[in-house]
Amino acid sequence: MIATRRPKTELLSQALVDKIIDEALIVLERTGVFIENAEARKLFREAGEAVDESNSRVRISRKRVLDSVESAPGVIKLYDRSGDKEYVVGGDEVHFDPGSAAVKILDHPAQRERKADTSDLVRIARLTESCKHLHFQSTALVSSDILEFIADSYRLFIGLQFSSKPVVTGTFRVEGFGPMFEMLAAVRGGAENLRLKPLAIFDACPSPPLKWSNLTAQSLIDCARAGIPSELISMGLTGATSPVTIAGTLVQHVIENLSGLVIGQLARKGSPIIFGGSPASFDMRKGTPPMGAIETMMIDMAYAQIGKHLGLPTHAYMGLSDAKLCDAQAGIESGLGAALAALAGINVVSGAGMLDFESCQSPEKLLIDDEICGMAYRLIASISQREDPLALHLFEELGPESQFLTSPHTRTWYKAEHTFPGLADRDTYDAWLAQGGKPMAERAHDKAEKILRETAPNMVDESVRRELEQIMLSDARRNGVSRLPAVRG
Amino acid sequence: MDNRNEILALMAEAVVEGNRDKAVSLARRALAERLDLHLVIENGYVAGIQKVGELWEKGEYFLPELMASAEAMKAAMTLLRPSLESSQAELSSKGKVVIGTIEGDIHDIGKNLVASMLSANGFDVIDLGADVKLGIFIERAVAAKADFICLSALLTTTMLNQRRLIAMLNDRGLRDRFKVLVGGAPVTRQWASDIGADGYGENALAAVKAAKELIARGAKP
Repeated sequence: MIATRRPKTELLSQALVDKIIDEALIVLERTGVFIENAEARKLFREAGEAVDESNSRVRISRKRVLDSVESAPGVIKLYDRSGDKEYVVGGDEVHFDPGSAAVKILDHPAQRERKADTSDLVRIARLTESCKHLHFQSTALVSSDILEFIADSYRLFIGLQFSSKPVVTGTFRVEGFGPMFEMLAAVRGGAENLRLKPLAIFDACPSPPLKWSNLTAQSLIDCARAGIPSELISMGLTGATSPVTIAGTLVQHVIENLSGLVIGQLARKGSPIIFGGSPASFDMRKGTPPMGAIETMMIDMAYAQIGKHLGLPTHAYMGLSDAKLCDAQAGIESGLGAALAALAGINVVSGAGMLDFESCQSPEKLLIDDEICGMAYRLIASISQREDPLALHLFEELGPESQFLTSPHTRTWYKAEHTFPGLADRDTYDAWLAQGGKPMAERAHDKAEKILRETAPNMVDESVRRELEQIMLSDARRNGVSRLPAVRG
Repeated sequence: MDNRNEILALMAEAVVEGNRDKAVSLARRALAERLDLHLVIENGYVAGIQKVGELWEKGEYFLPELMASAEAMKAAMTLLRPSLESSQAELSSKGKVVIGTIEGDIHDIGKNLVASMLSANGFDVIDLGADVKLGIFIERAVAAKADFICLSALLTTTMLNQRRLIAMLNDRGLRDRFKVLVGGAPVTRQWASDIGADGYGENALAAVKAAKELIARGAKP
């Protein structure tokens, strides 16, 4: 049997990859990066790197960077709530998850954005749990009915209760790591178990160009020590906060990612780091960061190629849209992004459900995107030789009816070869009309309502839930909040 | 007369082209030839920046052109301002602005855009930079007798400090002394109204417009 060829798209020539990395290493050594966090600077100083305390600039030697690339693991494994299901983050494995930390939700009946509250967080977590092609959940929404200061731990508190999937999350404040870590450890049954079987990825976003804020560097250090994978989210905007050429922006992207990687390796050698980002082709007319721009996707694919060349797990914000509704633009941008991310073999692809420049989540779009992700998976599963011969025997056996519908070969293979959408419309016109003649977003809304109505939430064990609640309550009380919003499944 | 009109046209042109060197050398010439600075500014440079605004509105100019023009304007004004003050010519300052990116946030591109455009449009701008402590905003605004405090934030997390600053102004009984404008990627009109800000601009030119409208509605000066 002939081996199946996995399709893979690479935009950069090897010569260009090498040049981008080389320029990044030169900048790291000569110009360095700004690191606001004193503990991180201390790590660099102790390692013998050049730290200028007068301006918090850290210059990192080529050798240090290359050694850090070497010591960071090439493959990371994540585990679901039960600890039984393993997800390999590395190689060309692709895992989709919802776009993270939206502050708004698209209210379907009103067709307008509004603030999200606890019930929306619960809905998104439950729907994510139901989405077959979203392997991970994310703390996708920021709730408006809890004190803003503790919104980071609160969204994890909700996500861990209502979904069993590994979670992509992150801190909004230095103090957020403590309670968030405790929650993860509570689900896993202790800090050591969590280290052995990571349940979460923490995003850490450098500030372009070439700056690590106190919060993000601290998150890298805390995660490295706890064995939690950090996902580096460099987010240059071409021509605004990074060079306008795509190749130039890639140089900055690599500088920011590599400096973050070194922080992680200095905090604990061998700590898991994901080479990731959320850069964008800055719109010079509107001053906005379009995630659905083709150039944004090109930057993502290219830095992922570089990350792979360095032997690191990769991440990108793809499969999302800047549209304000679940309209044609949302479909175009999300479909194209998810397919290209899969073809690029990006390991963690964040974006499902996301609209409006990473600011708005939509339950309807989440379900539509799940279907898009299913198409992307089918695409990279590619075309295989199922039998030998391929079809010679079928033509020899072809009877007088001249059809394949009754052939045993058809029954054996049709489900493996072809996928069946749940939301895309393949009805005849009359059948479509008979079902109400609804557009896709409307059908997605019906499906969301049905899932929420008919499927019981996949809740965490009651004893763990109580533990999570205690951790959340203590965090809230430390910040002057005595009661949590009511949480209903 | 012709000569003077010609130099005014060249000044406007320098701003429209975003040609900093040309704008500065024309300003030097204006000083050397002792031209009426009020005329030079109003009919030369300001005419240019108005044209830039029109080109932006029409969709012909993009942010790089806009910024280059604002920079050219600023450079010329920096050169002219000392002579203007010593000659006591009337320069109609639109108002004094204290601007910065709020505490906890080290992103400053949006804030720089707004500061440049405000300055190019005749506002007296004091730029405090990025990650500015809330107390510093207030101290500097009080000391400078500012009309506006402009707060930028890129992150949804740091945006919350905009609300805190307004609360601090209220606590200190200073809220009526300043108009507070907020902006930044996650900031919306709704947010501005929720936290009791006086104005909001979704981009740099909208911020200028918001500030001008507040003045027209009776804010000092």
